[in-house]
Amino acid sequence: MQIGALAKRSTLKTLRQPFQMFPIVFFPAMLLAVNASGLQSATRLPGFPTHSYISFAIAVAFIQGAMFSLINTGTNLAEDIESGFFNRLALTPMRRLALIVGLLVGVAALGALQSGIYIFIGLIFGAHLDAGVAGALVVIALGSLAATAFGAIGCAAALKTGSGEAVQGMFPLFFVFIFLSSSNLPRNLLKTGWFHTIATWNPISYLIEAFRSLFIFGWDAAALERGFAVAIGLLAVGLGLVVLTLRGRLQRT
Amino acid sequence: MTPGARPTEPAGGEAGSTMASTPKASGAGANINHPVGAGTWGVAGAVAWRSMHTYLRRPDLIVPSLVFPLVFLASFAGGLSALGSVPGFDFPAGYTAFQFVFVLTQSALFSGLFTGFTVAVDFESGFARRLMLAAGNRRGIVLGYALVALSRAAITLTVVTSVALLAGMRITGDGVDIFGLYGLALLLVIVGYGWAAGVAFRFRSIQAGPLMQTPVFLILFLAPVYVPLSLLKGWIHAVASVNPATAFLGAGRGLISGVHEHTALAFACALGLVVLFAIWTLSGLRAAERST
Repeated sequence: MQIGALAKRSTLKTLRQPFQMFPIVFFPAMLLAVNASGLQSATRLPGFPTHSYISFAIAVAFIQGAMFSLINTGTNLAEDIESGFFNRLALTPMRRLALIVGLLVGVAALGALQSGIYIFIGLIFGAHLDAGVAGALVVIALGSLAATAFGAIGCAAALKTGSGEAVQGMFPLFFVFIFLSSSNLPRNLLKTGWFHTIATWNPISYLIEAFRSLFIFGWDAAALERGFAVAIGLLAVGLGLVVLTLRGRLQRT
Repeated sequence: MTPGARPTEPAGGEAGSTMASTPKASGAGANINHPVGAGTWGVAGAVAWRSMHTYLRRPDLIVPSLVFPLVFLASFAGGLSALGSVPGFDFPAGYTAFQFVFVLTQSALFSGLFTGFTVAVDFESGFARRLMLAAGNRRGIVLGYALVALSRAAITLTVVTSVALLAGMRITGDGVDIFGLYGLALLLVIVGYGWAAGVAFRFRSIQAGPLMQTPVFLILFLAPVYVPLSLLKGWIHAVASVNPATAFLGAGRGLISGVHEHTALAFACALGLVVLFAIWTLSGLRAAERST
């Protein structure tokens, strides 16, 4: 009941603010369109796994969407802290963890929604989802999980700093992880040694490759296992940070 | 206040609201009766000194402006180097130099844009309004921030160039070509600054940041970023063919490789945009004056 009410509030708060929804849809779609056209010639490289760069590149949109969840969730929570709403909630008999779990349930719902939108946009632009309808459901589930994981990290940042500006400042930092991954080319075609090493150690590469596998290979159990493992691992880290920072925040309250 | 002491920081975080009374500001053209000087260059010098002082002392400003171009360089030149093997890709200086020109262009434009952010933040904190009341010649304010943009760009371009050279970038153009390349980059700094400052003077809020960044970001990425124009297909080829950023990138890549392409067109476009955005910025200044 408590979680449901907070989840509904979290979802509506994002959906009702066009300036929060706009970048979630616009930026990944725009980057997808630009990269898919600009890098189409990469499909002519020997060893490139598909002839459709858009099918290859659409995976990045899900990660970008998940990172926007980090910003939106963290900013919304920071606003609640700054406005005093969070403190008032904390003074009610509500269970402490419900304060955050409700928020994250809302993020999970939005993550599923945005993943559905990206699939729709990708199919319109000409992407091919090799794993079919069942694959689309897995993409939505993984997208939702990834959004929740990044949302939890955003919550931890908001609880720690209590500042929306500080949360916003984390966005470029996380974007670096996308850039230094196998986002634009498969790892076997990353010819620069140090870049290949970083991309191999970068967990975001495996998250991207899980989404990508469903679009261009169909069902690749190993890629999906690694992708879900990374998403669950990030969620565990995020929740651990939330527990720690929530304790500190409530002590201050 | 003693020289070197950190001035009181107003809301918005920009240091130096008391710039008019600092001894160093006096050295930059100010005096007690006319706090930031009556002449255009006096005002410009004071504004430039104050903003650069703030920029160099705040890691949250200087670090992102250096890190992001380097991340772009690492990501594109390192991560996409295999594109240099695509059939039809023929660039004499190699893929690192090919991408370096994009990063140089992006860094130049964004050095100008970030200075537009500084103008907006100064308005939000109230500093810019006080500055406009105090300045003998308000065009000096515009000129001062332009000097800031150029100074910031000089730091960023030096770092990016050094890292690219350390990473093994080859330059096959001659000295005159390289002079032309950096001359074009400095014009692009003014283009980026002119656009962003015009927006900042009109909106006087950092909330206009997306309006400053998004069009520049779009124009940059709708150009031949990853491969030459000849290898682009479909709608992106059509858009890139009429995009001025294509001329900038083509000219820059021509200059660094010594195989000139669209150089005159790029300089003409850049100079045209400088004039256009000078008018845009000065009319924005008048809008800000009316609201002050």
